Formats: sequence, C-alpha cells, structure tokens
Amino acid sequence: MIRIENIRKSFDEVEVLKGISTTFHKGKTNLIIGRSGAGKTVLLKLLVGLLTPTSGNIWYGDVNFCNLSKEEVRAIRMEVGMLFQGSALFDSMTVEENIRFPLDMFTNRTAKEKLDRVNYCLDRVALNGSNDKYPSEVSGGMQKRVGIARSIVLEPKYLFCDEPNSGLDPKTSIVIDELIRSITVEHQITTVINTHDMNSVMEIGDNIALLYNGELAWEGNKNEVFESDNDLLQDFIFASPFLKRLRNAAVKNGSI
Amino acid sequence: MNFNFLQHFGRYILFMRTVFSRPEKLSMYYKETMRQMNDIGIGSLTIVVLISLSIGAVTAVQFAYQLGSSLVPRYYIGYVVRDITIIELAPMLTCLVLAGKVGSNMAAEIGGMRQKEHIDAMEIMGVNTAAYLILPKIIAALFVIPMLVSISAFVGILGGYLSSVPTGLMTGEEYILGIRSFFDPYNIFMMFVKGTVFAFVLTTVSCYQGYFVKGGSIELGQASTRAVVYSDILILLFDYLIAVVLTM
Ligand SMILES: Nc1ncnc2c1ncn2[C@@H]1O[C@H](COP(=O)(O)OP(=O)(O)O)[C@@H](O)[C@H]1O
Ligand SMILES: [Mg+2]
Repeated sequence: MIRIENIRKSFDEVEVLKGISTTFHKGKTNLIIGRSGAGKTVLLKLLVGLLTPTSGNIWYGDVNFCNLSKEEVRAIRMEVGMLFQGSALFDSMTVEENIRFPLDMFTNRTAKEKLDRVNYCLDRVALNGSNDKYPSEVSGGMQKRVGIARSIVLEPKYLFCDEPNSGLDPKTSIVIDELIRSITVEHQITTVINTHDMNSVMEIGDNIALLYNGELAWEGNKNEVFESDNDLLQDFIFASPFLKRLRNAAVKNGSI
Repeated sequence: MNFNFLQHFGRYILFMRTVFSRPEKLSMYYKETMRQMNDIGIGSLTIVVLISLSIGAVTAVQFAYQLGSSLVPRYYIGYVVRDITIIELAPMLTCLVLAGKVGSNMAAEIGGMRQKEHIDAMEIMGVNTAAYLILPKIIAALFVIPMLVSISAFVGILGGYLSSVPTGLMTGEEYILGIRSFFDPYNIFMMFVKGTVFAFVLTTVSCYQGYFVKGGSIELGQASTRAVVYSDILILLFDYLIAVVLTM
C-alpha cells in the first residue's frame, strides 16, 4: 500500500500538483486519470523518487519515502518495477538481455536460473521465443510487453505504469491492461497506472483518481463512474458527443 | 535554469562523489570496463598513429630547416624530436584528439540514454547509474589513454626518423645517436602524469555533459560540442599547470 499526503510540486514558479492526497491499494490496479498535461507523469515520478515533492509525504507502508537516504531509496527500489511511456528498453541489448539486466545486476543466480526466470517472464507476457530480437525489431505492443516482463523479473511489490497503452490499438491495449491486472492480482502487487484511455478505466479501474488542473477532482472505482454526477469526470470519460449520446441513451433505458 | 560556473563546478563535484561509490556487482562493472577499453583503445588507434606520425615527421623537417647550416650538430634533430614529442606533443595532441573523438561520443551516448529514459529506468531498478555508467569509462580511460599517449610518442619519434633519414637530411646513425642523447627518464614520468590527468578530465567532463542533458536532439548536439570544447580548454589549462608544477 502507498499513501500520499498533500503532495505539492512546482517547477520554477508553476505549481503542477496542488496538494494531492490518496491511497493506492495492494493487489489492485490503481488508476491515475486525467487529460494530457494534468500532471500524471509528474505524480508517478514523485512516487518513485525520480522527482522530489515541493512538500508533502509519500508512505510506502510505514516508511516515509521522502525522508530516506539515497541507499535506503535504492533498497526500496529493489521492490519497484516501472513501465515507461516509451518502454525505455536498452536498445543495444536483446530482449533477453534487457529482461536479464536486473538479475545480472542484483542477484547471484546461475546462468541457468537466470535464463529460466527470463523465460518464465517472457512466457507470462506471451512472448516466448523472442529472446534474441532487438527492441527495434519488435512492434510497439511487444516493446510494452518486454517492458512489463523486465519490470516484474525481480518480483516487485510495487508496479508503476506510465500510459501502458498509449500508441497502441484498442485490442492490443486491452491485452496489455489484462496482463497488468492479472499480474497484479496473482502477485498481490500495489500497481499504479497512468492513463487517459477510457477503455482501461472501465476494464481495470479498481481504484481511480482523476487529476484536473493539478488537483484531485474525483476518486472512486469503475462502478461508481456512471453513478457519479461529477461534471469533470463525466466530461473526461465521455469526451466525444457520440459517447455522451450513448451514455444518455443507456441511462434512459436503464441498461446501466 | 541558468547555471553559472560555480554551480556547474559544485554539481560536478557531487556527481564525482556518486560516481566513486561501491559497485553493486563487480562483474557487471568489469564487463563494462572491458567494453570501454576496447572502444577507446582499438577505436582510436588509427587516428592517434596517423597524427603522431605526421607531427614527428614535421617536427624533424622543421627543426632541420631552422638549424640550416649552423654549427649545431645534425643529431640534435633526433634529440629535439624525442623530447618535444614525449613531453608535450604526444600527451597534449593525443588527448585533444581523443576529447573530440571519445569525449563527444561519451557525451552523446550518455545523453541519449538520459533522453530515452534509460537512465531513469536503471535508477528505478535501484542501479547507481552515475557509478555504473561513468566509472567503467573513467577506469578504462585511465588505463588506455596513457597507453595511447606512449604509442603516440613512439610513433612520433618514428615519424621523425622516416622524414629525415630516407630523405637524406641525416644518416640513420645520427638520428639514433640523437634520440639516445641527454635522456632524462623524468620526462617519461611527466608524459604519464599528463596522459593520466588529461584522460580523467576528458572522460569526466564529457560524461557530466551527457548525464545532465535535457530536452531533445538539439540539446544533445550542444552537450556533445560542449564536452569537446570544455575538455579541450581544461586540457590546455592543465597542460600548463602540470608543466609549471613538475618543472619547479
Ligand atoms: N521537468 C519539468 N519541468 C518543468 N515543467 C514540467 C516538467 N515536467 C512536467 N512539467 C509540466 O507539468 C505539467 C504536467 O505534465 P505531465 O505530468 O507530463 O502531464 P501528463 O498528465 O500528460 O503526464 C505540464 O504542464 C508540464 O509542462
Ligand atoms: Mg504523461
């Protein structure tokens, strides 16, 4: 579980996050949603310590992440996996080498044990046999899956995903979403996902936080999305006139 | 943000403190160091040899011209070429060339990793990226660059021979006599001190430029240029300082 308290972040004079408090739960897919520029990536980077908050606290369980030394932060990071918006695969390494990198760096396992673990993770993301390909040789969706495999190879307790389905077609997006969700449940990971994809919201929104203008505009789960009368939320989820008509029709005939 | 010189200097010192910390896994650092040695050493050999050969050759011809028909014995040409290459030309020119070749390459490589979020990805895994990405480069450079400098000195002296003996400026015996006269091993020591200091300067300055790059491809190009320019300026400065200190 991760709890954040009154997080603020400014760049120079501009305040990007204006006091956010919320909780991300274990074994759940926690979504941070909002329009482009709402501050989702900044919040995620604060959570993993790539940025430091101007004020506020971040609790990993009982540990205040903001008061830790560099070494203590590194210790927590052993339990953290992150999927970057652009996948951030090391392009001079093969798929296998990418996934094996954390094992090489932090474990003393034998070559055989490492290969077994890599193959297990590749299998988990349905990419068995792609070991020797280079990141530039596989599609965007496959790069995301390699990214997921790499982020779970050390069995993290916390998983962060920055727009896991940006740039992917709707079908592939759903595959990625389902993958993240099943891994989360299976290993009881605290997963935080940034997204502006309404399919993800409706499919894997165990716990949703809507950011608007640097503030927390709404919190709830996917079932509460329809019942909410929060205008910002409705406007975000049902962005197009078409979806608005669809929603109104559905509400009228009582199907949701 | 507008950084002034002192802020850069402070950040550089802090950066160096993170670079020199205990490696997570020695074998990974070892592997990376070997790769870097190969890149710096083998990759730069041709250009270093070419330049050294030509400066040795030109020094000999020019000095012969200066002597003209004076009473200074001919074999002095060998002696002058030897000392000027060992003390000054080999370390300085080799490192200026390497700043252009290796330094810009390091800045671009690390800067690219920063921009493509590779560095962030490693940080999230718990890697001390400053140490893992930079330390192997520094160690490799401290081994390989002084070696390149000594090769450069040797080839420079050879260049002097090739430009003066076959062309009839002097006999082979005279040249050999020259390079064996008035030899002071302290000069070799100075050459290695210069080579080592320059190697440290050019790798750390270039890596620093790459590691803190922001923005896109234009900024990456600028960082790479700054790596070369600042390395060159600092090499010239340290060349002077070392000359003053070591000849006191
Ligand atoms: N390093 C930075 N320096 C200055 N401004 C930044 C920085 N990172 C993000 N911002 C600003 O913060 C706001 C939120 O950005 P971001 O979190 O990337 O949005 P998104 O919700 O699309 O991920 C943007 O207006 C952006 O310009
Ligand atoms: Mg973003």
